[in-house]
Amino acid sequence: MKKTSTILAVAALMSSTAVVNAETLKWARAGDALTLDPHSQNEGPSHTMRHQMYEPLIIRDTSGAFVPTLATDWAPSADNPNVWVFNLRKGVKFHDGADFTAEDVVFSFERAKQPNSDMKELIGSITAVRAVDDHTVEIETDGPNPILPSNLTNLFMMDKDWTEANNTVNVQDFEGGEITFATTNVNGTGAYRLVSREPDVKTVMVRNEEYWGRNDFPMEVSEIVYTPIQNAATRVAALLSGEVNFLQDMPVQDLARVDGADGLVVKQAPQNRVIFFGMNQGADDLEADNIDGKNPLADVRVRKAMSMAINRDAIRQVVMRGQSQPAGMIAPPFVNGWTADMDGESSTDLEGAKALMAEAGYGDGFSIRLDCPNDRYINDEAICQAAVGMLGQIGITVNLDAIPKAQHFPKITDGKTDFYMLGWGVPTYDSEYIFNFLVHGRESDIGTWNGTGFNNADLNAKIKSLASNTDLDARNADIASIWRMVQDEQLYIPIHHQVLNWGMSESVGIEVDPEDQPRVKYFTMK
Amino acid sequence: MLPFILKRVFQSILVLVITGAIAFSMFTFVGDPIDNMLGQERTMEDVERLRAQLGLDKPVPVQYFRFLNQAAQGNFGVSYRQGREVSEIIMERAPATLELAALSAVFAVLMGIALGVFTAIRRDGFTANFIMSVSLIGVSLPTFLIGILLIYLFSVQLGWLPSFGRGEVVQIGGWTTGFLTESGLKALILPAITLGLYQMTLIMRLVRSEMLEVLRQDYIRFARARGLSNRVINFRHALKNTMVPVITVIGLQLGAIIAFAIITETVFQWPGLGLLFINAIQFVDIPVMAAYLMMISVMFVVINLLVDILYAFIDPRLRVSAK
Repeated sequence: MKKTSTILAVAALMSSTAVVNAETLKWARAGDALTLDPHSQNEGPSHTMRHQMYEPLIIRDTSGAFVPTLATDWAPSADNPNVWVFNLRKGVKFHDGADFTAEDVVFSFERAKQPNSDMKELIGSITAVRAVDDHTVEIETDGPNPILPSNLTNLFMMDKDWTEANNTVNVQDFEGGEITFATTNVNGTGAYRLVSREPDVKTVMVRNEEYWGRNDFPMEVSEIVYTPIQNAATRVAALLSGEVNFLQDMPVQDLARVDGADGLVVKQAPQNRVIFFGMNQGADDLEADNIDGKNPLADVRVRKAMSMAINRDAIRQVVMRGQSQPAGMIAPPFVNGWTADMDGESSTDLEGAKALMAEAGYGDGFSIRLDCPNDRYINDEAICQAAVGMLGQIGITVNLDAIPKAQHFPKITDGKTDFYMLGWGVPTYDSEYIFNFLVHGRESDIGTWNGTGFNNADLNAKIKSLASNTDLDARNADIASIWRMVQDEQLYIPIHHQVLNWGMSESVGIEVDPEDQPRVKYFTMK
Repeated sequence: MLPFILKRVFQSILVLVITGAIAFSMFTFVGDPIDNMLGQERTMEDVERLRAQLGLDKPVPVQYFRFLNQAAQGNFGVSYRQGREVSEIIMERAPATLELAALSAVFAVLMGIALGVFTAIRRDGFTANFIMSVSLIGVSLPTFLIGILLIYLFSVQLGWLPSFGRGEVVQIGGWTTGFLTESGLKALILPAITLGLYQMTLIMRLVRSEMLEVLRQDYIRFARARGLSNRVINFRHALKNTMVPVITVIGLQLGAIIAFAIITETVFQWPGLGLLFINAIQFVDIPVMAAYLMMISVMFVVINLLVDILYAFIDPRLRVSAK
């Protein structure tokens, strides 16, 4: 009799804890993951989904610092400058119960280097990955690579045996419409397991009770229901009505309404994305202006004047409703090489700008077309409209051409625009990434997003040398000198750093991640 | 009769081919899909390789011919955005749109006829005038606004109905249905009203004016003279004769309900074909756009063809002139 009552008491206790722990995160954002294959599609929402179920060796926290995940520690090898040694976490199991070992790491890197992989560029410098023992891996690169760990934070680890047994060793051929086992099934080491998924409709995940960090992280969410909601008004309505308790992609105009609603809060943090204008200074003459035989943008005084005409505080207050941080350099604040001094270098000075224009011989101004996306960045078209008015004050007549991103970006990469808006995020948190794409002269595999026509051989060489400079102090000095040149040349006109907003029920506890990558294992639920 | 039908079928095919050609020539203005498909880290080689792989380096007529050729064999290609067969995606999305369209049509027809008859019989009553005035709002307010107003009222303020999605669905073979669960039925209500409201007011106004017309006819007066009850006169004699033009309009509007579900589906995040199409436009997902536009034009062409053929059966003059 006593035994029975104990059992009943235990059962009652267990059921009551089960009730306490049954916390569902009803999560919505604008878009869905494109695929579950960990190495296909290097894209934000796809990575967000994978981060709940798969894990890389290292992740970043909200300040951008590395956090050991499947690797406990890592360091360059003492014997060979081209080698990094990673020690793996012990006792980690995949969702199917298999042990996570060095063999899986070697396998995952090989898979991520396949031609169909979207992650191959990030690990292009890796020549070999070797398992030293079950929990040690050596990664060899084609030269010293001081920032290798930065490129591994979205590189997910798969189980070799599971992948082979399910015939999904090859990364899916996404463009060819291939569906593989890995595009619809998940076997990761992550804190949540996949329950069901309908692309673009709903994805359900449950807590992985066997997770290695079950006691190290809050993990108070027991079930995740993820629904993409495209229409901004509907998305906000779903949060207001309580059908959703966590929302990404908050529309700026609804922030006050959500924050003012009972039981809801909006949290914000500077995002890893800076918005700026690019100017074609390399061409002898411009297509989109009214000056023949000369390129006004080739004159640094004109570029400086244009930057001085932009009133970033007005844009912040009027266009962005306070949701931006005026920028003086085109690097987000957490990036290695960013300095507060340089980020404060842009100031508004209409008289000075007019004087510079006159000095450059354009006192009467000129006219030019500004190409702008209208569906990519927060209030992108409105920012451009504001800039049109501001540049008009120093005599530059700007014709705005605001078009969808699918038409806008090819203009930049094909060199068909002279004056354009662009935004940039830095997944590696290092300036080299910015230089490679935006400062180095345009070639087929480098400088691909540099639409300015700027091409300086000395600077190019300096940028290339960053990749293999292991002396971090010397490397940082080089980065600083490259930035100085970018600033002095006014290569770009920085506008602002975007601010990221997450809306949530008061019961949900999480801080905003600058990369817009919520990791549910950190969530608390009241 | 046969030559007439053959001629109509031939014309329909011609219309389809031309619609497709116009659609394809528009795709070049929508943007470059390559840009969305490859991340910002892509190199020029990646771009060239993918462009060649998708056949986008070929001139538009060649692309169109290739599409027609494959479509004729039932192959609509692979979605650029989802990386899956377009035909598979469409089959997966169709039930959501068809269920929504069916419910909207039922709502529009039943409410439209009922209110039309009511406002015709009580043409000077206060309620009838009130309904007529309110129906103007239904015709003139844009769908997305009606949807958002309904969401604000019934989801945010009252909390009765869900603001988005289909709720729980039940899988029956290749079909998913929301009719069998409570949350599925609840989720249907707001989108169905939003989508059907315009058609409802249209049908109501049509029924009303036809009914008023019919009620003035001699045989109605004779029926009254014979002492038939109002109910018999209104519903057996008048309404029946009203229905001929109404049914034609309902038939044509059914196609419109499916085709114009785009906006309603976007507002309610309804996982149907309309939402698929909007996503496809934003991503420049050419295979999905092409398949959807062809599907909708086939639907309209078939409906019109059937109507034409039916008319020919009914009206012998059409058959004579066709010879």
